[in-house]
Amino acid sequence: MSRPFKYIGTKRRAKESPRFVTGQGRYVADIHLPGMKHVAIVASPHPSAKIVAINTEAARAAPGVQYILDGREFCAATEALPVGVDAPKVTRYALAQDVVRYAGEWVVAVVADSRAEAEDAAELVDVEYEATRPVIDAELALQADAPLVHPAHGSNRLYHRKFVWGPVERAFAEAEDQLSFRVRWGRSSSVPIETFGVVAHWSESNQLLDVWASIQMPKYPDQLARALRLPGNAVRVHYDVDVGGSYGVKRGIKHTVLVSYLARRIGAPVRFIEDRLENMRGGDMHGPDRFFDMQVAFNRDGIVKALRIRAVDDVGAYAGRSPLQLGKPVGAICGPYQIHAVEYEPTSVMTNKTPQEAVRGFGQAPTNLAIERAMDYVAQHLGMDRIELRRKNFIRKDQFPYLIPSGSTYDSGDYHTVLDKALDGIDYPALLRQRDTLRAQGMLAGIGIATCLEPSGGNAAFEPLFNPKNETTTWMDSCLVRVDLSGAITGVMGTSSAGQGHETLVATVVGEVLEREPANIRVVRADSLNALPSNSPVGSRMAIMLGGAAAGAARKIKTTLIQLAAHNFGCGIDDIDYNDGNASQRSNPAKKLSWDQLVEIAHRKYHLLPPGMEPGLQATFVWEVPTGGAMPTADGRVQMYPCYSFEAHLLLIQIDPDTGKPRILKYLCGHDCGVMINPDIVHGMTYGGIAHGIGAALFEKFAYTEEGQLASGTFMDYLIPSAMEVPEIHIVDHCTPSPLTTFGQKGSGEAGYLGSAAAICSAVNDALRPLGTSIETLPMSHMDIWNCISQRGTKELRKTA
Amino acid sequence: MKSAAFEYARVGSLDEACELLAQYGDDAKVIAGGQSLVPMLAMRLLAPAWLIDVARLSILQQMTVTEDQGVIGAGVRQCVAESDPQLNQSIALLRKALRWVGHTATRTRGTIGGSLVHADPSAELPLVAAMLNAVFTAKSTRGLRRIEAGNFFTGPVMTALEPDECLVEVSFPLWRSGKTGSAFEEIATRHGDFAMVAVAAQVSVDPSGRCTRAALGIGGAGPVPHAFADLAGRLIGSRLEDGLLREVAQEAAGQLEPTNDLQASAAYRRHLAGVLAERALRSARQEAAV
Amino acid sequence: MTDRIIPKTYLVELDVNGKTCRAHVPARTTLVDFLRDELRLTGTHVGCEHGTCGACTVMQNGKPIRACLAFAVQLNGEKITTVEGLCKADGSLSILQDSFCATHAQQCGYCTPGMLISSQYLLNQNANPSDSEIREAISGNLCRCTGYQQIVDAVKLAAARMANEEQA
Repeated sequence: MSRPFKYIGTKRRAKESPRFVTGQGRYVADIHLPGMKHVAIVASPHPSAKIVAINTEAARAAPGVQYILDGREFCAATEALPVGVDAPKVTRYALAQDVVRYAGEWVVAVVADSRAEAEDAAELVDVEYEATRPVIDAELALQADAPLVHPAHGSNRLYHRKFVWGPVERAFAEAEDQLSFRVRWGRSSSVPIETFGVVAHWSESNQLLDVWASIQMPKYPDQLARALRLPGNAVRVHYDVDVGGSYGVKRGIKHTVLVSYLARRIGAPVRFIEDRLENMRGGDMHGPDRFFDMQVAFNRDGIVKALRIRAVDDVGAYAGRSPLQLGKPVGAICGPYQIHAVEYEPTSVMTNKTPQEAVRGFGQAPTNLAIERAMDYVAQHLGMDRIELRRKNFIRKDQFPYLIPSGSTYDSGDYHTVLDKALDGIDYPALLRQRDTLRAQGMLAGIGIATCLEPSGGNAAFEPLFNPKNETTTWMDSCLVRVDLSGAITGVMGTSSAGQGHETLVATVVGEVLEREPANIRVVRADSLNALPSNSPVGSRMAIMLGGAAAGAARKIKTTLIQLAAHNFGCGIDDIDYNDGNASQRSNPAKKLSWDQLVEIAHRKYHLLPPGMEPGLQATFVWEVPTGGAMPTADGRVQMYPCYSFEAHLLLIQIDPDTGKPRILKYLCGHDCGVMINPDIVHGMTYGGIAHGIGAALFEKFAYTEEGQLASGTFMDYLIPSAMEVPEIHIVDHCTPSPLTTFGQKGSGEAGYLGSAAAICSAVNDALRPLGTSIETLPMSHMDIWNCISQRGTKELRKTA
Repeated sequence: MKSAAFEYARVGSLDEACELLAQYGDDAKVIAGGQSLVPMLAMRLLAPAWLIDVARLSILQQMTVTEDQGVIGAGVRQCVAESDPQLNQSIALLRKALRWVGHTATRTRGTIGGSLVHADPSAELPLVAAMLNAVFTAKSTRGLRRIEAGNFFTGPVMTALEPDECLVEVSFPLWRSGKTGSAFEEIATRHGDFAMVAVAAQVSVDPSGRCTRAALGIGGAGPVPHAFADLAGRLIGSRLEDGLLREVAQEAAGQLEPTNDLQASAAYRRHLAGVLAERALRSARQEAAV
Repeated sequence: MTDRIIPKTYLVELDVNGKTCRAHVPARTTLVDFLRDELRLTGTHVGCEHGTCGACTVMQNGKPIRACLAFAVQLNGEKITTVEGLCKADGSLSILQDSFCATHAQQCGYCTPGMLISSQYLLNQNANPSDSEIREAISGNLCRCTGYQQIVDAVKLAAARMANEEQA
């Protein structure tokens, strides 16, 4: 960069904050339409059953009831929802028809004047079921005699492929040593505090469906129109709805199709806001539920030569995009390490459980856990320091751009320096002393480390990779920037936000390019009929893609202003000085046009415009994700996301040997996401991602009984960590700019989460190591840890300490 | 998650409450703070036809400390009891337990009586009532009835109260002789969660350091909070030596028949009970010695 | 419509942020639904409806309560403060609200109103809280975005600013 940034990277308040601290945010539940009706759901109590009869007579007679909808009517009138892989028989609708496939699946929707009345009537709906044998465990589901979740599909295996990238066989044969282990990532999710909600209104006279929703989802209006058999321009999604947290999961397409159908059917606005019970059981937002069988080949000097990764992911009863969460990790399959040969065998399995949805990182966090466990295992096996081992295997900063075996090129990075900064930041020697002091006092204490990648910039190269029938390679984003007659600037984005500060992002980069104060730049969120194409905030992409689009549009405006000034000065554009929005002629500084004058010419003085220039002052910029656009090769190599952020986690954990209760005493994350556009926003998401990973590692689990009932369907048993469980967290920044992006920025929307669970698992195992025991299943509950301890006996520990 | 419809009556007197209870019986529930009741209504685990609101009855708000007992009205808010200096001095254990009850925002409205009557097996206040052998006073149109804690808790979220009875007050015996120390130990997965196991202990010692009175109770590890009067009695006359405390703690844990759930297996609960009981007894001893 | 049972309603009158508000509602209407649906004060959010997430936290007579765990009819005549009532009299941000903006203590903003109520109550009780006192005070308010760090920072900043203001 030729000069330092004026606004980018400086501490600036987020534009969105004032409305949030005054209670003036506008969430979907705040949308109130006259005559609005409310939905409650009748859900299946069985994990697997045939629907024999549905009797709605009593419910229909209940006070306030407007309509009762079952699966027969609904499925006949709408199209099935898309499947992410080539499995056309795995059909899915919002309401079950004839068969239910998980406990909590929606069977009947009741519409009434109030939500309370809808619930009253839902209790009166009498559904007769004939229970059938469910399959709950993923490994059992893969056995030949397992009951089939979707008999028409012919198997519970939704997706399977074995990729071999590089000389895996030879590497294993030649390596001096190898080891294998299994590690398991438990079923948890991002569980925002706001549940999913949607309000829909059908205008018969305009033939237009208006939708307000708590949504974070690419192609949402398109999918909705298709499911409702409407043209795309008959659906208008309003993106100016604040989303109360998402982190991947707010993809209520089934909810939206249902509510939209009802709104059209009854001719009144209809609202459905999941209650927490509906959200947890039938909201279809559980995350990856995955185990890895890992084999690592390595030499005695600690150099890892090859990986064999078998990943089995339990996606629950329906497909959606969930199998693709095994696909994204292909783009960072060897982590930050120089591993030249990788075999990857992902299997996606269906069971009679709640379906899986995209969760922060789209499957990368579990894969990072598996890779990091491998590094810890190798270090332990060789008696090497875990940090030293990582240093030996890291890709060096002079090796970028770096092509990994699975076909992605990492853009940039300096892993050694970030790790060193993290070690300095936490005072690693002191951390070791503190651990050893605690151990001497009879405590279990461990240091955790994880060094992980956050692929960012979200293209969907895993779609064609996992589904040859899908040839999508376009993954664009866009922005419109407009300067009005008063000289005020407005940025228009075409997607909703869930706390990532996109208004601040757009204002900052537009202000940077046009050299105008970002605080005075307004950013609005268009509706889908007014919006330019967007793929929504998925895959840590908005700093790169929306930021790049906003900068691109602003640059077009700047170019226009310079051309306009040159025309009026009678000079070439190379002779124009542009400063803070004002233009002057470099060779004749007396010639000046202020921002206001330039804007006025653009809007009102056609006679002063260069010939052929469009009047007014606005520009759009639509662009494809950098490095995107290619189809996978036959052997499954593809460029996944363009940019790679890096995070190095270090922590100290203490475990009470008598109770198994863990307590994180210190936590630090070294983080490199290139140029930070707003450091407070980046740090905030990183803190939040770490807390989310703490939940996944120690607390949160959608547990199922053997019979297939969700045992943690409330906030009393699905345990989101509070401020007492999340420790003080420190972040140390480093900046390796990306050569691929407008300002050198990389993504950070999934930061923290991608390594924290792995780091905590590493810490707990370091603490348990003196007992000669280990734990490889997340979440590691107090009881799980105690079970581990008790098998070895706490008295033994005391003796050795 | 909306409650089923119900009718609501804010009563002007305890007699009126009792009359309504006599009239509606099982169809009515008494509400004061509602912090345990409302979630059950919201999930429709309960659907009474009537809610009888006793929260503003001044007779239920009284706190009296006499020579030998501390009497707390059923309607006293947990936050009020928590910060009452007289109560804190006379029943120090209560405040220690209250700090574990939910969060600040639930203690604002939650009442002492409400928590006791809800009788969650892992709740803190029932444990303290059971181990200190508190006496409950209930009223109905049939008159007043006194129920000892040992007979009050009959099962998980079940008490000896008849459907027509309203809890009026609970009376805690005060330990006035010698120096008394108490402790409340609890382990929950997160701060403020229901306990996996909770233990309350209280001991008195004479000037020579000999134990003159002792009580021990364990909650969360069975259908009702368990008071160990006989085991605690074994401490009397001793100097509360480490070995004895461990022995009593282990025996208490051994007598439990905990249940399995998501957070804790029976074996884990029994183990925790032993660990926490020993810790509680040691802390109580230490406090009594100061 | 003749056979339709009209549920009995109850008159609820509350002082909300200094204004007397009244409406007839069924007894089962919770305080949070009353605030949001009847008064259209939508700053108070609903997260779980079973008293565990803290998103609906408001003040009753200056003390925090969970608005999903009280029926509006129980609170007749009480004084309720919601996030909409935290601003200064001139409508500008309170010190705490401004501190939340300064440290970026909110992302999606959904838990923020409840966090502000719990934090304001803490500061009303304790002008100089420690980190652990702050963490305990907000432990009944779940946040999924922030990892709580910038919220703790905001409350500390507000405490310092309030102390300065008093000195000035």
